[in-house]
Amino acid sequence: MSVTHMSEHEREEIETHEQRALGFWLYLMGDAVIFALLFATYAIMIPGTAGGPTGKDLFDLDNAAIETALLLVSSMTFGFASLQVKAGNRGAVLLWLAITFLLGAGFVFLEVREFAGMIARGAGPDRSGFLSAFFTLVGTHGVHVTMGLIWIVVLGAQVALKGLTLPVASRLYRLGLFWHFLDIAWVGIFSIVYLPGLL
Amino acid sequence: MFGKLTIDALPFYSPIAAGGAAVTVGGALLVAIVLTWLRAWKYLWTDWLTSVDHKRIGIMYIVLALIMLLRGFVDALMMRAQQAMALNSGGYLPPEHFDQIFSSHGTIMIFFMAMPFMTGLMNVIVPLQIGTRDVAFPWLNAVSLWLSAAGAALVMVSLVIGKFSTAGWTGYPPYSGIEYNPGVGVDYWIWAILISGVGSTMSGINFIVTILKRRAPGMTLMRMTPFVWTALVASVLMAFAFPAITVACGLLALDRLAGMHFFTNAHGGNMMNYVNLFWIWGHPEVYILILPAFGIFSEVVSTFSRKRLFGYESLVYATAAIGILSFTVWLHHFFTMGSSANVNAFFGVMTMIIAVPTGVKVFNWLLTMYRGRIEFHPSMMWSIGFIVTFVIGGMTGVLLAIPPADFLMHNTTFLVAHFHNMIIPGVLFGYLAGYMYWFPKAFGFAFHRGWGLGAFWCWIIGFYLAFMPLYLLGLKGMPRRMETYNDPTWQPYLLVAASGAAVVLCGIGCMVMQLYVSIRDRAKTRDLTGDPFDGRTLEWSTSSPPPPYNFAVIPTVGDREAFLEMKEKGIAYRRPAAYEPIRIPSNTPIGVILGAFGFVLGFAMVWHIWWLVLASGFVMFVAVIVRSSNDDQEFTMSASEVKRIEDQRYRQLGSRA
Repeated sequence: MSVTHMSEHEREEIETHEQRALGFWLYLMGDAVIFALLFATYAIMIPGTAGGPTGKDLFDLDNAAIETALLLVSSMTFGFASLQVKAGNRGAVLLWLAITFLLGAGFVFLEVREFAGMIARGAGPDRSGFLSAFFTLVGTHGVHVTMGLIWIVVLGAQVALKGLTLPVASRLYRLGLFWHFLDIAWVGIFSIVYLPGLL
Repeated sequence: MFGKLTIDALPFYSPIAAGGAAVTVGGALLVAIVLTWLRAWKYLWTDWLTSVDHKRIGIMYIVLALIMLLRGFVDALMMRAQQAMALNSGGYLPPEHFDQIFSSHGTIMIFFMAMPFMTGLMNVIVPLQIGTRDVAFPWLNAVSLWLSAAGAALVMVSLVIGKFSTAGWTGYPPYSGIEYNPGVGVDYWIWAILISGVGSTMSGINFIVTILKRRAPGMTLMRMTPFVWTALVASVLMAFAFPAITVACGLLALDRLAGMHFFTNAHGGNMMNYVNLFWIWGHPEVYILILPAFGIFSEVVSTFSRKRLFGYESLVYATAAIGILSFTVWLHHFFTMGSSANVNAFFGVMTMIIAVPTGVKVFNWLLTMYRGRIEFHPSMMWSIGFIVTFVIGGMTGVLLAIPPADFLMHNTTFLVAHFHNMIIPGVLFGYLAGYMYWFPKAFGFAFHRGWGLGAFWCWIIGFYLAFMPLYLLGLKGMPRRMETYNDPTWQPYLLVAASGAAVVLCGIGCMVMQLYVSIRDRAKTRDLTGDPFDGRTLEWSTSSPPPPYNFAVIPTVGDREAFLEMKEKGIAYRRPAAYEPIRIPSNTPIGVILGAFGFVLGFAMVWHIWWLVLASGFVMFVAVIVRSSNDDQEFTMSASEVKRIEDQRYRQLGSRA
């Protein structure tokens, strides 16, 4: 009796985590709507420079390329962390999460440096509609990455303290979805903001 | 220390504004005194505010909606009174105050009356109709509720501290920008909408997952009730349309706070982009509100005609079609923007097309009633009143969908009459039908029939008196939102409209009496069976009010009208051989804490109190992390406790027989 009851309980728990995964997918799709509208807003505001600097004057392809590399590699290292979750290898999960964190932090550092440089040159978000849209679109992505970094720390602590239990593993799965989603959003930013801005 | 907040923010500059503030503060104090006198604080906290039970959350949503209905209706009365008397004079309201009132009326009625009412009804009924014990994310559900309440509280506080927006419920820039609107009014509007909008987005996600993943065994998609179907489509629209208003209001906030130039006149801003973003949310929002009401009408018409719903499948497909088409018509809100003729023509045609599935539904309801044994329950009266009135509103909508005609009537009272003609019968009558239909289910005693019928007749007569004159005035060229005017031929119409508002006031009085009388007589009108209307769907198979776990044994569904089938086969009310222990989500204060600090955060943003923004944001952040790290969010109700509750239920059933 107790055995069948346990399995019933476990089945319920697995269903719960499946529901959370679906819910998180839906959240990501809603977030994608936000990004889509910010992209559209950016696209129509490219000419709105109000006599100020344009993308050509401001963007640095080297910087954007390094940012891209950091974020794409961090997605791969998160993938390694996910594989180690499946293997049940706690130490390796923590190691890959730490590497992912460092790559993500490097990305945020480069972005903040880019923003600070632009503001110092008088090209801040209040300079023109074009720059408002640029800072808001790229900054929204940057805030997402920062949230992801905090989330990595929180889940890293949970892995260290609780181990790879079912709830912790399911949270890591959703964090993975989030992290890879940010990669896709960044590919959009690179292709729609930086590349055309420089060509 | 207090940002822009000074003692001048208190409304002692005008007796009318001070009166509004006094009523607000007095009302809050009165509630607090009554709660203290009844020693109900602890009960309120442990049984309600911290609850994650979908039924209680739903009831709290509806309480919020009814309170905000009163507030929004007072605004309406004040506007009708002003326009009735303002011929060649200033009336009794100064222009700026009048502008605040029409802005808060629209904001409240859409965001803080209709949205919570709908979400509340969905909360109470959807899990019961699909045969599950709770929504997919019970805690998130509580967070949604409390964020909605935080937004509503911000609007209420603007009565007492500072002023509300004068930019209308749509807040178009550049007027709502910092250059023309340097005060706090627009900020109150923005933060109320942003905070409650997050709650609505999460409600949408919650109900999509609940409906897709938690249906009882045997309940295929095409066995779901019409209300569940419409709730599902409305939830999809909520999850994917609300991000658009988050973007629109967020960018407007950045313009105002950070000096950005999204929507400004100069520096490369593009104000029409705001209008597009706003209505990309705004048109689906119309269907978010009205689809669940269509679902309620379908349930009510079927139950009180004693017939299976006519054309169920066509109704489902019509609902889904409306859901998709609702994203393709937004531009009809601003044909006059100056898009090319082809663009306007496209959106005009789409608007006419979306009327087709809506027309299909009217025939579903009519043919369900045809040769049915109709019982004139108040809910049925709301439904019949809706069908007749809504068809008129639909036809004026098709008129407005023709761009050249729209150019003549844009922003006249014809438009005001049109959308009230959709939303009052379509949305509000639907919710009131649901409110009167499911009240005995939620509370376990009857809802007084006579006062319900009184409310219906006052509302519908008042509606016609209040809005039919506005159609004529619009055709005569009266613009909306006029504080004063000098055309004497308008005044008779406005006097009739004001009398209509007074009749609606009687309807609201009937609703208050209905609550009072029903609660007073509750001991005599207990619903012992849980099935007072010979219902056809699963919510009627539980006791009234349902137990915390809804179903001691999850039902197996064999038909679209699952409970009716069980009754016909004689397997309804059959007792199981034994009960199992049931896992139930534990109550938590973190939802109400997030709402409270969400309110503080919004208030601090409005008044630029930056340290408080950081502090309240930090508390919310930590609360979310703490909660999300918690692995044990449920408790187990033992089989013997379940049996005790069920025994009592069967004793009640027995005492009836």
